[in-house]
Amino acid sequence: MPPEIQIINTGVANIRSLQAAFDRIEATWSLTEDASVIETASHVVLPGVGAFGAAAAAIDRLELRDAIRSRLDQPDKATLCICLGLQLLCRESEESPGVEGIGIIDQKIGKFSSSVAVPQLGWNKVVPHESCNEKKFQPGEAYFANSFRLASPPEDWDYATTDYDGGFVSSLWRGKTLACQFHPELSGKWGQTLLKEWFESA
Amino acid sequence: MLKRRIIPCLDVNDGRVVKGVKFQNLRDAGSPVELAAHYEEQGADELVVLDVSATRQGRLAMLETVEEVRRQLSIPLTVGGGVGSIDDAGRLLNAGADKVSVNSAAVRNADLIDEMAQRFGAQCTVVAIDAKRDNDKEDFWQVMTRSGTQGETLEAAAWAGEAQRRGAGEILLTSFDRDGTRSGYDLKLMDAVVAKCSLPVIASGGADSVLHMVEAFQHGAHAVLAASIFHDNNLTVADVKRDLASQGIEVRQ
Repeated sequence: MPPEIQIINTGVANIRSLQAAFDRIEATWSLTEDASVIETASHVVLPGVGAFGAAAAAIDRLELRDAIRSRLDQPDKATLCICLGLQLLCRESEESPGVEGIGIIDQKIGKFSSSVAVPQLGWNKVVPHESCNEKKFQPGEAYFANSFRLASPPEDWDYATTDYDGGFVSSLWRGKTLACQFHPELSGKWGQTLLKEWFESA
Repeated sequence: MLKRRIIPCLDVNDGRVVKGVKFQNLRDAGSPVELAAHYEEQGADELVVLDVSATRQGRLAMLETVEEVRRQLSIPLTVGGGVGSIDDAGRLLNAGADKVSVNSAAVRNADLIDEMAQRFGAQCTVVAIDAKRDNDKEDFWQVMTRSGTQGETLEAAAWAGEAQRRGAGEILLTSFDRDGTRSGYDLKLMDAVVAKCSLPVIASGGADSVLHMVEAFQHGAHAVLAASIFHDNNLTVADVKRDLASQGIEVRQ
């Protein structure tokens, strides 16, 4: 049997903690750089630690941009985008001017202002917005490690927000795609439940 | 609002947790994997594991310890102690650390901070500062390296500011004078560092009560590190968090 979860190997992300978290929920995983696997696998993760520009360059070098876009258009595919993975869904980021993101969300990622400690490092509350059609998860406390963030929610996505520097979008979901600015793999039991529910959604 | 963090620290020597006073007289305090699980269960927000072994064999044992701890830990793990190069940092991240703290090597070669931040990101790059009060000067804390055996010309608060400019994401600030003494965190040291550095600062060295932690938070600490207070079961992490919450400090439930 092929591994159940395919983790896109951008080579710039530290993904040991994520792998350990999948082991704990007894989900098998492997790394992939293969466009056809990314387009067709039941579960794919776009992980994210590192800089926006470096990750976008890795995606282009591996020629994965179209495969990731195509996958995100298929409603039955479970896709999980973590931290920078969420930001990469957007058009561009203040972190790496001139670099194109995957662009399925037509927004620009911005930096937290200097009125708060940057990076945001630690636990903060994640609250699904009351307008959501579907509650993907219960409100909970999640671990964040980010200097950049999506300031306002895109149309056509359900979302959760977190209170830091006036508030930002800490999670987005649509169909079986889940994007988290926080690290579910480092967010204790609550995070583990979220990973398990995502895994069992497809 | 960002929660204040409670971080138990495990000093590890050849695969065992140890604890000393003023970096000396190490005594055995248990298995790192068991203690890590125990603290996560109690509600720890994060775990710091410091390698205090001085041998190559000890360093290799540390990688195994990190792998074993990672396997079960679903909260962030910071690893430090004896990190001498960007390759050392990479090995610890590969073994399962989420953040790596550098101390003596960054003092010897400050470019290491820039390199780590560029390669792994600011959120992975923790600069640990051991600071010793200089009684001859007002509000001057000398940076100590090599496990507190060597005094440097650097001043701790200025060094924290430089670490920030070079791309560090967090400061782990240990008072050499208070470490293991249970007389409370050095609050003046905290004030001095917070004035020069706007990164999250973890206060370390001297905690013996929840009051000490409240003081550190009031003086700008984002997180508090404690070892003996938890290892000796004087207080559990859950006790501490309950008390902090009752005093109006926002902590993760």
